[in-house]
Amino acid sequence: MTLRLLWMGWLFHLKTLSNSLFFVLVSVLQPVIFASIAFFMVESGSRSGTLLYVALGAGLMGIWSATLFGSGGAIQWQRWQGTLELMVGAPPPFVAVLLPLTVATATIGIYSVVATLVWGRVFFGAPLDFVHPLELAVALPATILSLGMLGLLLASTFVLYRNANAFSNLLEYPVWLATGLLVPLALLPGWVAPIGWVLSPTWGMRAIRESAFGGNPWPEIALCLGLGAVYLGLGALALGNFERLARSRATLSLT
Amino acid sequence: MSPRIYIPTMLGAPLFQILFFTYLGRYAGSQDDAFFIVGNAIQVAAMSGIYGMTMGIANERQYGTLQPLLATPANRFAIFSGRALPYVANGLAVSAFGFAVSWLLLDFRPAEGSVPALALAVLVTTCSCVSLGMLIGSIGLRARDVFFGANLVYFLMLLVCGVNVASDDLPGWLAAIGSGLPLTHGIEAAREIVSGSALGDVAGLLWTEALIGVLYATAAYVLFRVFESEGRRRASLETY
Repeated sequence: MTLRLLWMGWLFHLKTLSNSLFFVLVSVLQPVIFASIAFFMVESGSRSGTLLYVALGAGLMGIWSATLFGSGGAIQWQRWQGTLELMVGAPPPFVAVLLPLTVATATIGIYSVVATLVWGRVFFGAPLDFVHPLELAVALPATILSLGMLGLLLASTFVLYRNANAFSNLLEYPVWLATGLLVPLALLPGWVAPIGWVLSPTWGMRAIRESAFGGNPWPEIALCLGLGAVYLGLGALALGNFERLARSRATLSLT
Repeated sequence: MSPRIYIPTMLGAPLFQILFFTYLGRYAGSQDDAFFIVGNAIQVAAMSGIYGMTMGIANERQYGTLQPLLATPANRFAIFSGRALPYVANGLAVSAFGFAVSWLLLDFRPAEGSVPALALAVLVTTCSCVSLGMLIGSIGLRARDVFFGANLVYFLMLLVCGVNVASDDLPGWLAAIGSGLPLTHGIEAAREIVSGSALGDVAGLLWTEALIGVLYATAAYVLFRVFESEGRRRASLETY
């Protein structure tokens, strides 16, 4: 029953988000533009052989943006659309109803990865030679799943912040930086790295790069999924607290 | 705008945008820090100019206040100009903040005595970005989803206006698009100013930037009047 709910919810939200112009912008056009900027920068700079590195990084940036904007305001959006009360009132636990939405927002990010890889290949000649394609086929869904669970944590905590969208605007660039999606962490001040350790995109990116360029991605995949489980637990706790407070104060539908 | 929205959106996001591209530039090794700091510290002013001005016009339709506004005999040019002023002021403030944090965090040091000329370059560039925002906002009197267009233009400007990639490093057709948009000439002028050029040396660039702004503002005004008159004729001012 729960598996069917998760599957159908994920499919429903994936189709809905795919019809949104805003998500087309965030998950396809924006990553392609950022990838192009990075491609031109590395081409005119002293870095060579980094086109695939850039394409993968820009793709992951798109996954983060889709998760951030899609999940960060998920509860608010349901509230504005008048569907939040129905979701909370449904027989399954609220977390099981919301999780497919947040995972779907991360899944939309697959468009980003495909778009930046194809764009890089067609217009910049980026090589698409993956050393471990099988591991890549595991690393990418694992990264998306853990980001979806991070999305659940965002959704359940951002709801406490009245202007969640503004907060989402703030968090896009810092997480791109702290997780080393395009800029290696070694170039950043030392105190940034520990922040990246608790963010699953860091490990997802490393797993994808190990798969693409050679190495052992399994520890990073395990870390990514482990962090996802922690996010799920924390998100479920925060969501339970939100639901309890909203019911007792009768503020569920109030913006 | 509430500080809870203003600080993360208008100060936090620009700060991290400057940091992101400066560090990416260090990694790529394409240009020095000042190139990215100047480019992005001026580009962030476009956020106020483009998004703000687009909302300033297009939201009238979305919030249902367009008809009362157009029912007044007020001079449309005065309405337009008055709307633009807060966004120009805000763009200047955001850009100044960007330069200040770059001075603090990234050791950015413009040439001695260059700040007044730099401020003028930022002012001209911000005004031309506001003009582009006016044009997009005017299109919003007819278009269904104008904010998609505003977002797209904003991100494309990061690519084609020499913000992070020098125009010489872009394919000719992309550079040509950039040269017809606000920002490009203003940023080029600002880069020369911070490296020690006098205001007179970049006057041509600043006049070009100003001219581009005037052209966009004129196009915006004409479109506004066309859509207004067509909306009255077809009774479609607030229909989608």
